[in-house]
Amino acid sequence: MLKFISRRSDLPLDHDAHSRFLPWLIAFMVFLAVLAMAGMLMLNTVAERWDQGVTGTFTVQISPAEDPSEDDPRLQAILKVLASAKAIDRYEVISDERVLKLLEPWLGGVANSKDLPLPRLVDVELHSGAQLNVIKLTNQINKVAPGSRVDDHRIWLDRLVSLIRTVQTLATAVLFFISFATVGTVVFTTRTGLAIHREAIEVLHLIGAQDAYIARQFAGRAMALGLTGGLLGLALGLPTLMGIGYLIGRMDGFFVPSLELGAYHWMIVGFLPIGVAAIAMVTARMTVLRSLRRML
Amino acid sequence: MIVATDRAPDEAIVRFENVGLRYGLGPEVLKDVNFELQKGSFHFLIGESGAGKSSLLKLIYLALKPSRGLISLFDHDIAITPRPDLPALRRRVGVVFQEFKLLNHLSAYDNVALPLRVAGVRESVVKKHVSELLAWVGLEQHMQARPPTLSGGQQQRVSIARAIIARPRLLLADEPTGNVDDVMGFRLMHLFEELNRLGTTVVIATHNMQVVERLGHGRLLLDDGRLIMESARAKIAPKVENLVPGSRQKALAAAEASAAADSFGKYPGDSEIFDDPSSLKDYL
Repeated sequence: MLKFISRRSDLPLDHDAHSRFLPWLIAFMVFLAVLAMAGMLMLNTVAERWDQGVTGTFTVQISPAEDPSEDDPRLQAILKVLASAKAIDRYEVISDERVLKLLEPWLGGVANSKDLPLPRLVDVELHSGAQLNVIKLTNQINKVAPGSRVDDHRIWLDRLVSLIRTVQTLATAVLFFISFATVGTVVFTTRTGLAIHREAIEVLHLIGAQDAYIARQFAGRAMALGLTGGLLGLALGLPTLMGIGYLIGRMDGFFVPSLELGAYHWMIVGFLPIGVAAIAMVTARMTVLRSLRRML
Repeated sequence: MIVATDRAPDEAIVRFENVGLRYGLGPEVLKDVNFELQKGSFHFLIGESGAGKSSLLKLIYLALKPSRGLISLFDHDIAITPRPDLPALRRRVGVVFQEFKLLNHLSAYDNVALPLRVAGVRESVVKKHVSELLAWVGLEQHMQARPPTLSGGQQQRVSIARAIIARPRLLLADEPTGNVDDVMGFRLMHLFEELNRLGTTVVIATHNMQVVERLGHGRLLLDDGRLIMESARAKIAPKVENLVPGSRQKALAAAEASAAADSFGKYPGDSEIFDDPSSLKDYL
């Protein structure tokens, strides 16, 4: 496979039985790398979307006054404050029925708004990209309606995002270990090759071959094997990825609104075999050079 | 210090000063070896088995480092020559190994081409020279044969072709007559003499005293790791002033010009390697 990449060789590396398993090992590693990397990129997209989706909104919560008749003037005062803020695109008072519905899991279906001092909620949406000083707004609102709160959803969002970041760190670690294992595999395959062809290498050495000349043969071979393995791994990984994407797509929930890869991400994943081939090539070259340095 | 030939201001191809060699922590296999080989000289390296002949050759073709002493090759002190420069020195030395050391997975053609390829010679030039040399050593029918399918004598010819394809200034042969009958042995010796006449410095390790006696030439006698005797014949004057590094192409051009007068018409261009190939052909 991929013989066209390795140039004419003075060493019979093509016939080495031990190097025949290398593409398969690399294929499995690339397979795992494809999954880890795709997962990482997907989570990245999710985190970004959540970030964008939530940043532009917040909720104003007006605690009920002791005298229920003050509630409405308070609300109006707050709406006035909101209307005066330039960053705010639109706001909407949430009806008591919806508030009750939101509270139902805690209060049960028997609650009646007349009996309970319910907080009034206002959903606020900012102009896209606009920034709002939440603390300043809180202060303004508190002046007209003491005890009100502005909830910008940051706290729980931050927790989710940090969860995602942790998973991503894990995925990065997995990728790192995969690269490490690939390098190790190539090193030992190359060393075996060096040992098997010691005599031939000695002859090349004695007739005046530079170390780089000998290293090039191993490097070219390792690159071909690495690319073969990489493509094989990609061929295994992509259908798996699509299958996972399909299954997730069927779930269709809020938490998985965007578990798909963009063209840019596909490019990164498609680059994996080339990256692996490069790693294999450089590793083989360095292994050979290091071992040849021991010869006179 | 033993000087193998009279000390001319000529370039010393090989110079040993107080060279000692031991393998690991073992006893010294070479002790206080001193000699100098002048350009164009021809020497037999003689001595009993185990006297250190092969070790001495290995030191010259830079397969081993001396444990002590100074070795200088083409006026380069090996000890202070940077490692990346050593391959260039090795390319000026052709070696006919005792066990040939041919690469069994490569054809005879590719084996002979190896020294040119590692030197980065263009493939078209490689093809021309290798084909000619193989034809000249009588192996044109076996160019694509792999060494294991060749007879011992044929393998030896491949090995010799590989040793001389890059026009070495120094040719070393380790027991070249060890694997062949006497007739072939003498033929090989005559071949080496021809190369020597062209200016190549030759050192042949052998314990075939019959050959040494008949051919004369300088002698380096090793006994138990000591160089105990040298006798120098007047060196055979090189007929062709060539084979200096870098002048390969020039030398080829000159040789090709002289090939016009070559009577050995069957292999045009043969004479670029030897000035009288027709006489050489008989030896092989």
